[in-house]
Amino acid sequence: MPETTLVPPPHTGPVAFTQAQLEWLAWIAPVPEAELTERQRASLIDAARAKSPYFRLLARDPDALEARTRTDKDIFYNPEGGAPRAERELAAAATSRFNGCIYCASVHARFAATYSKRGEDVQKLLDEGVGADLGERWNAVVAASVALAATPVAFGPEHVARLRKAGMDDFAIADIIQAASFFNWANRLMLSLGEPSLDAAA
Amino acid sequence: MTDADVIDTLAGIRPGSKLDAIRARRAVARDQAQASYRALFEPAAPGDMSVEERFAVACFVVGLHGDTGILGFYAERLAASGAPASLRAAVEAEAAAGRTQGPFGHYPAGPLSREDTDGMILRISEAGRAALGPRLAAAFAHVHMLIFHPRDAAPPSLQSLLDAGWSATGIVTLSQIVAFLSFQIRVVSGFRVLAGQ
Repeated sequence: MPETTLVPPPHTGPVAFTQAQLEWLAWIAPVPEAELTERQRASLIDAARAKSPYFRLLARDPDALEARTRTDKDIFYNPEGGAPRAERELAAAATSRFNGCIYCASVHARFAATYSKRGEDVQKLLDEGVGADLGERWNAVVAASVALAATPVAFGPEHVARLRKAGMDDFAIADIIQAASFFNWANRLMLSLGEPSLDAAA
Repeated sequence: MTDADVIDTLAGIRPGSKLDAIRARRAVARDQAQASYRALFEPAAPGDMSVEERFAVACFVVGLHGDTGILGFYAERLAASGAPASLRAAVEAEAAAGRTQGPFGHYPAGPLSREDTDGMILRISEAGRAALGPRLAAAFAHVHMLIFHPRDAAPPSLQSLLDAGWSATGIVTLSQIVAFLSFQIRVVSGFRVLAGQ
C-alpha cells in the first residue's frame, strides 16, 4: 500500500501577504515528536523545533536538514560585517513575495520590519509586490532578489552596479546574493510540503 | 567524496581571490552548503532515493535553468553513477522540452487572484516515461512545478509521487535536492557576476 498525503484540519488560509504570525500544516506526515531518533533531534539544532511540524517533517532526512539549518543561520544571523540584518531579511521577504510563499514572506517581513523599523515600507512590499517604491537602496535589494529568483536566473552586472551605487561593498552584496538565493531553497520546501493557516495552533 | 568546494568550483572562485576572502567571512555558510551537497549527493546511505535518481533529478533541474556550466558537473556524476545512455538522453530531452520562464502560478482566491499567471505544465512524453521509469517520470512532473510555479503546489502532486513508489522520506530528500539546487545555482550565478565586476 502506498502512503497517502495528509488532509489538514479545517482552517482559514491566508489570501493575502501578511506580517501576521501564521501556522503551517503538513501534507506529508512529520516524524511524531515522541518518535524522533537522537540523530533527528540533533538535526533540529534548536530543541524547541521539536514542536514544529515543518522541522519534524524535514527531520526525515536529518543530514540534509542539519546542513540546511546551519547554512541558513550563518547567512542571516552572522553579525560580522556585510549587509545589515534588515537588508538580508528584506532580500528574503522580496524573494518570498516574488515566488509567492505567503508563509515565508510573513516571517521575514516581520524580521525586516523589526530590524529596519520601517514596517510601513515592508507592508508596502507585501501589498504592492516587488514593484513597490521603497527608496533606491531597498529598491536595488528587491530588484537583485527578483532577478536571482527568476528562472532562468536574470541576475547580471547591472544589479551589482546598482547595489554598489546604493552604497554596498562586495561583502554586503555577497550577503544579499546568499540571502536571496537561500529563499529559493526555503520557499520551495514551505510551498510544496504543506500550507499556511491564520488560525493559532490548537 | 568531493573534497573541492562545489560552489567555488562552479563559480570559478580561486584561492586568494576577492570572492574567496568574502566567502571565508561566512565560513559556516560555505562549509554547510558543501555539507548539504554531500548529504544530498554523497549520502552515507542512499536510503529511499538512489544516487542515480539524485543525479538524474539534478541534471533535470540544472537543465531547466539552462546553465550549461553547472550542467557539465552534474552530467559527469550522473554518468559515473552508472546511469544508462537511454536515461541520460531522456533527462536531457525532458529538460529541453520543459524549459520555460518562472515563477508563475496561482494564489488562493482573493485579492491576489489578479496576480495569477498561467504557464507551461510539463507532460512527460511516452518515450520519456519508458526511459525514466515510473518513479522518475512522476518526480520530473513534480520537479518542473517546483522549479517554475511552486505556488501551484498541492497535495495531489505529492500523492502522485507516493503512488509511483516514493516514500514520505524519499519525497523529503527529493524536495531538498530540488530546493538546494535552486539555492546553489543562484549563489553560483550571483558570485560569477560579482567576481567578474
